[in-house]
Amino acid sequence: MSSSPSSARWPSCAGWRSPPIPSTRRNSSVDSATCTTARKLWPIGMEAAITKKDCIITAYRDHCTFLGRGGTLLQVFSELMGRKDGCSKGKGGSMHFYKKDANFYGGHGIVGAQVPLGCGLAFAQKYSKDETVTFALYGDGAANQGQLFEALNISALWDLPAILVCENNHYGMGTAEWRAAKSPSYYKRGDYVPGLKVDGMDALAVKQACKFAKEHALKNGPIILEMDTYRYHGHSMSDPGSTYRTRDEISGVRQERDPIERVRKLILSHDLATEKELKDIEKEIRKEVDEAIAQAKESPMPDPSELFTNVYAKGYGAEKGEEGGAPGGEKGQRLQMNLCHGDITAPDCKEWLGPWGNH
Amino acid sequence: MLGIVRQRVSSVPTLQRMLYASKSFSSAAKEMTVRDALNSALDEEMSADPKVFLMGEEVGDYQGAYKITKGLLEKYGPQRVLDTPITEAGFAGIGVGAAYYGLRPVVEFMTFNFSMQAIDHIINSAAKSNYMSAGQISVPIVFRGPNGAAAGVGAQHSQCYAAWYGSCPGLKVLTPYSSEDARGLLKAAIRDPDPVVFLENELLYGESFPVSAEALNSDFCLPIGKAKIEREGKDLTITAYSKMVGHALKAAEVLAKEGISAEVINLLSIRPLDRAAINASVRKTNRLVTVEEAFSQNGVGAEICASVVEESFEYLDAPVERIAGADVPMPYAANLERMAVPQVDDIVRAAKRTCFRSV
Repeated sequence: MSSSPSSARWPSCAGWRSPPIPSTRRNSSVDSATCTTARKLWPIGMEAAITKKDCIITAYRDHCTFLGRGGTLLQVFSELMGRKDGCSKGKGGSMHFYKKDANFYGGHGIVGAQVPLGCGLAFAQKYSKDETVTFALYGDGAANQGQLFEALNISALWDLPAILVCENNHYGMGTAEWRAAKSPSYYKRGDYVPGLKVDGMDALAVKQACKFAKEHALKNGPIILEMDTYRYHGHSMSDPGSTYRTRDEISGVRQERDPIERVRKLILSHDLATEKELKDIEKEIRKEVDEAIAQAKESPMPDPSELFTNVYAKGYGAEKGEEGGAPGGEKGQRLQMNLCHGDITAPDCKEWLGPWGNH
Repeated sequence: MLGIVRQRVSSVPTLQRMLYASKSFSSAAKEMTVRDALNSALDEEMSADPKVFLMGEEVGDYQGAYKITKGLLEKYGPQRVLDTPITEAGFAGIGVGAAYYGLRPVVEFMTFNFSMQAIDHIINSAAKSNYMSAGQISVPIVFRGPNGAAAGVGAQHSQCYAAWYGSCPGLKVLTPYSSEDARGLLKAAIRDPDPVVFLENELLYGESFPVSAEALNSDFCLPIGKAKIEREGKDLTITAYSKMVGHALKAAEVLAKEGISAEVINLLSIRPLDRAAINASVRKTNRLVTVEEAFSQNGVGAEICASVVEESFEYLDAPVERIAGADVPMPYAANLERMAVPQVDDIVRAAKRTCFRSV
């Protein structure tokens, strides 16, 4: 069987079915564990329909989206562990993965914020005449956010190439959709903006829908895609996921609609590969994942000086010797450290104050 | 004393270095209103860089709610001067998304009171992104508009947000006073790769100030993070920003007649705050009065006070005085409104208190 990149990637999500890694736990309320589910296979379907010049932006469940955009397993695990080799050098964490060179704009912790941001990306693409589109992903929980409708209104007025993708896994944390939305037909909520409902557990359907949406958005402006999908695990490490739904429901979906199983059956029934070949791929991917985890554990924590870098792109501790900001570079950092650590000994004011220090 | 700026990088244009070498205007033949200064800055920056675009309510067809953007729609067209619906959260988010992609939006809030509807995007989407992404996503956006009290607009339209935005790392917060300040700082803000909150003042828009030939140059930028000594003195230091600089200068005139020589510092930059300049001045005069229109608790004056106590405690000959807005929502009645905002008399009285008190 050909091991083309796209087919090899699909089973890599199978590797994510291993249980959550305890060492990644930094924050109990929102964590990476939830990435593991098969509901995240569909980004692969999306990637198959678009290019790296199209933009993707999502909320905090960004790990597989990041991988789909070309991120590495090492970068993912290192970031989850807050290490230097992480995609955000350990400074972002689970919710803040980015890959700008592949037009992946994160990684956002505030529910719903990524939708206006995504419409802004689409605005910029149109402004720059790039003939590309933006996929702004959000969940059924975010679908009721006011700013979403504000951004959709502007996108429709200005014909922005924005594709709003609602990943409907039917639960916003612990709240089922029927308790949160008067109308849970999220693809219809655009009103004057057309919408499509897609089987999010079918990667090929997702691919076709995204292809269609891209063509539509470039010609006609915004469109909504609702991906009908499911979240097997709880919202985060501190949510068992079983207090607000039955175990039967979870196992039922896993049996009937699991996307990886579906793909496996398709591959086998069309003789594209044998059972053994698929098992070998899975074994290989699991090995890759294990190796990446081991390597990530070896990656060092960020240097303490990184506490003060990247606050700005320009000035004030971000780059040594850069003009602007008072006082910049090392002195600024020393002052900051003095303030932070409660050591209120004044820095060398004379040196710091320049000519004024002569008084 | 001439305030000589110490710049460590030679990429700064000569004009900029020379500007602050002289506190007096070299050829102050021309006068310009703050409104025209802002308009000319926007015009020049839009002309110089096709990535700069304007967005906000009434900025286009209406020529700007306060006429700051007058003529720009006609000159640059509707692709670059965009009238938005009254949806601050939506359009601020769209602006930030466009900045993620690399455009340089200038987003107008009709007043900064309305920015509270968008504050999540200013802080969480704009200010923190460069840090969270370890430098991948910089956000070259400017949020501008009138800030603080106008006249007779009531409590919901009169608040000053300098302290709110000034407390957030990742933002640059600027408060011009004169027309030169407005021109130089707005141009610097638009060219800066970081998110800038640019706090103007409605009552200053119509005021005229002399502008030097250097300031009319299309490359004229003021350094971000540097305060300006508006008036030299030796008996006490008065710090102020925005409209209060005018009040402080008037107070200094009154004090001069009574034999008190006040040094007036125009802060220009709330974040980064020019602690060096403030401390140097206090080390020279030994007394400090901070002036702001905003509420006193957790305000800019409180921060300046703390900085001076931390860095220059032994130099203080009197306790620091804070003049701030009354700790009430802004009343409507003209007499009450006058009492709620600092007047020249208040500054004069505070100055006298610091001068006749010894520790």
